[in-house]
Amino acid sequence: MLWVYGVGIVLLFAAGLYCLLATYNLVRAVIGIELMIKAVTLFIILAGFVTGRTGLAQAFAITLIVIEVVIMVVAMGVIINVYKHTNTLDVRNIRNMKG
Amino acid sequence: MNDMVLNSVLVAAVVIAGVYTVMTSRLLHSAIGLAIASAILAIVIFKLNSPLAAVFELSVCAGLISAIFISTISLTGRVTPEELSIRDKERFSRFGILPVLIILVLVALTITRGYIPITLNLPAPPVENNVQVILWGSRFLDLFGQIVVLLAGAFGVVTFFREK
Repeated sequence: MLWVYGVGIVLLFAAGLYCLLATYNLVRAVIGIELMIKAVTLFIILAGFVTGRTGLAQAFAITLIVIEVVIMVVAMGVIINVYKHTNTLDVRNIRNMKG
Repeated sequence: MNDMVLNSVLVAAVVIAGVYTVMTSRLLHSAIGLAIASAILAIVIFKLNSPLAAVFELSVCAGLISAIFISTISLTGRVTPEELSIRDKERFSRFGILPVLIILVLVALTITRGYIPITLNLPAPPVENNVQVILWGSRFLDLFGQIVVLLAGAFGVVTFFREK
């Protein structure tokens, strides 16, 4: 049974990583990060289930979810600002930014 | 046996929803696929004896984050049908390999399944397994960190949208 969950975690993480590496769209890059975080959340919960420490695993998972939300909100704020300034979400068009 | 089949189907559904999220050309469909993946993941987490984390996953990840994604997508304009057809062709060349990659990883993991030595050195049984006690007791510093991160995020967003 562990194997099924393990394969699911690896495949979900691979899909997120591929999305992050292959896309040029800023929103889709954030979606890739989100998929990878989901794989990590499942991994933490699975580790808690296997070791019998579900309470500790849930505490870590809740912390991870809170941080995930903050990352998403700030990333979306950045994306909307980038769109306002450049009128595009394509990373190829914002490579000449200062800094 | 039935439980094992159900768990396998649920995990497969999460992966399929994740791959759909990556493969679809419309951003809105991507956000909906991500919400579906989150909702199914919440069921998986619930079945792994973690009900509080499942509730957080369902309400925050499937609800709040999807709403944030959809709001952002609606604020960043729309594409014309011509742009969409060009994008579809371009996307297939870049993302068409993903299902093949997923199947290859699955086959590789299946073949090497018997050769990977997995030894679980399980720790001693926990003294306390109540998430409320752990969260407010031994992991209290995490809560403090969460509050700081939330405030930092809120101030960050306020700074981004400040009128000059």
